[in-house]
Amino acid sequence: MQLEEVRKILDADGVDRTITRITHEILEKNKGTEDLVLVGIESGGAILVERLHSKIQAIEGVAVQKGTLDITLYRDDIDEIQNQPKMRGTRLEFDITGKKVILVDDVLYTGRTVRSALDAVIDFGRPKWVQLAVLVDRGHRELPIRADYVGKNIPTAQDEEVAVRLKEKDGLDEVCIMRRVG
Amino acid sequence: MRGEGGEAVMEEKRIKTEINWTRKDLLGLKDLSREEIELIIKTAESLKEVSTRSIKKVPTLRGRTVVNFFVEPSTRTRASFELAEKRLSADSLNFSGSSSSLVKGETLKDTAKNIEALQVDLIVIRHSSSGAPHRLAEYVKPGIVNAGDGINEHPTQALLDMFTMKEKKGKIEGLKVSFIGDILHSRVARSNIWGLTKLGAKVTVCGPKTLIPYDIESLGVHRTYNVEEAVKDADAINLLRIQLERQNEPFFPSLGEYAKGYGINAQMLKRAKKDVLIMHPGPVNRGVELTSEVADGPNSVILEQVTNGLAVRMAVLYLLSLVRK
Repeated sequence: MQLEEVRKILDADGVDRTITRITHEILEKNKGTEDLVLVGIESGGAILVERLHSKIQAIEGVAVQKGTLDITLYRDDIDEIQNQPKMRGTRLEFDITGKKVILVDDVLYTGRTVRSALDAVIDFGRPKWVQLAVLVDRGHRELPIRADYVGKNIPTAQDEEVAVRLKEKDGLDEVCIMRRVG
Repeated sequence: MRGEGGEAVMEEKRIKTEINWTRKDLLGLKDLSREEIELIIKTAESLKEVSTRSIKKVPTLRGRTVVNFFVEPSTRTRASFELAEKRLSADSLNFSGSSSSLVKGETLKDTAKNIEALQVDLIVIRHSSSGAPHRLAEYVKPGIVNAGDGINEHPTQALLDMFTMKEKKGKIEGLKVSFIGDILHSRVARSNIWGLTKLGAKVTVCGPKTLIPYDIESLGVHRTYNVEEAVKDADAINLLRIQLERQNEPFFPSLGEYAKGYGINAQMLKRAKKDVLIMHPGPVNRGVELTSEVADGPNSVILEQVTNGLAVRMAVLYLLSLVRK
């Protein structure tokens, strides 16, 4: 499948400002960092967790606990996908029971990834609550799921893709809309 | 989750470095490429975490059925597969040789066809005849996992051995691995030789002359009858059980004599590298292949092999389930 860029939604500064805003919103809504933990969905969400973590540390002077979730084992379509998911492993090295879990992903689309992630989180314990933070909400939900913190709402067509590029994996920060061609 | 935005773009990049699993069966390591073996080990590394949770279960294979068809006695391998199935939420069903219709004269093919008619997804087979899983794979649609066939292969055992070596030494490439004992009747050695040589390890086999196949060098391994040589530079020593059940004629005078010549005791261990791994596929005959002091000593990773076996079998069941029928 070939993709061509339609337009750029956020540049590096835009990505950074958006993450800063989400950090403040998380701290405001949860009244600080008490019992707050960040859980990123592999692999984009895991990178965003690192960014949120250092911003929280800069603002509040607190290093909150963080972990990553690989939802591969919770997918509902294991033999229907063209590109086999590659497992990265889950790292949740603390007890999440009673914690305020902020689940983090790069793009919210059908909601199926988040559904899988919620099942995975609950297998590890009983959090006080789970909130969802995403950099981009592109619509087209297939399940009744919504985000608590949204970096950017981007209306998209089904034949489009949202590319969230992050320095750690792509060498630069930007968000673009791509269209399938051919 | 069809193309979650950015994920789809990344997925494309990942493909170039990581291969897709395409096989319906795991019959042996002889057939696998280096990349396929590495994919199984990598998947097992991720799956090991599941067994450390308080709820040791994931829903991945919900609704799949796995038949454990063990025509030859087995305790640990069968228990390991059964637990792997449970941890992945598959339904499992056990057929054993002594209780199945095979003793009433049914052929392997008919038994297999009957299992297939139950609409199962995977069959894990252990059989005393080399090649039985390969025949089964030709007869029936479900995926076949070889859990040990005669003296041919025992791929999941070799995979868990390699997984353990990689976990402990950080890599397989360049490792010196020695196998001491009954090489002739050892499917564990054979699978390990296929796998380890593909991954770039240097393999040495050692044992009484009568228990080493005369053409073993053709598999790319070094042969020695001198235990000290096999022990001296090794990064891992895999001790193989003397398989009396497969020996119709005496290959050596007595177990005592064998232990004296080829058994590993504390004194012999002193000649080895300080951080050598002592491995054994089990069941251990204490005082024969190795002394209790060595089996329970700081170099022994025998029980870790058992733990890792679970992760490896979960990985194999998972990967075979990805392949669309």
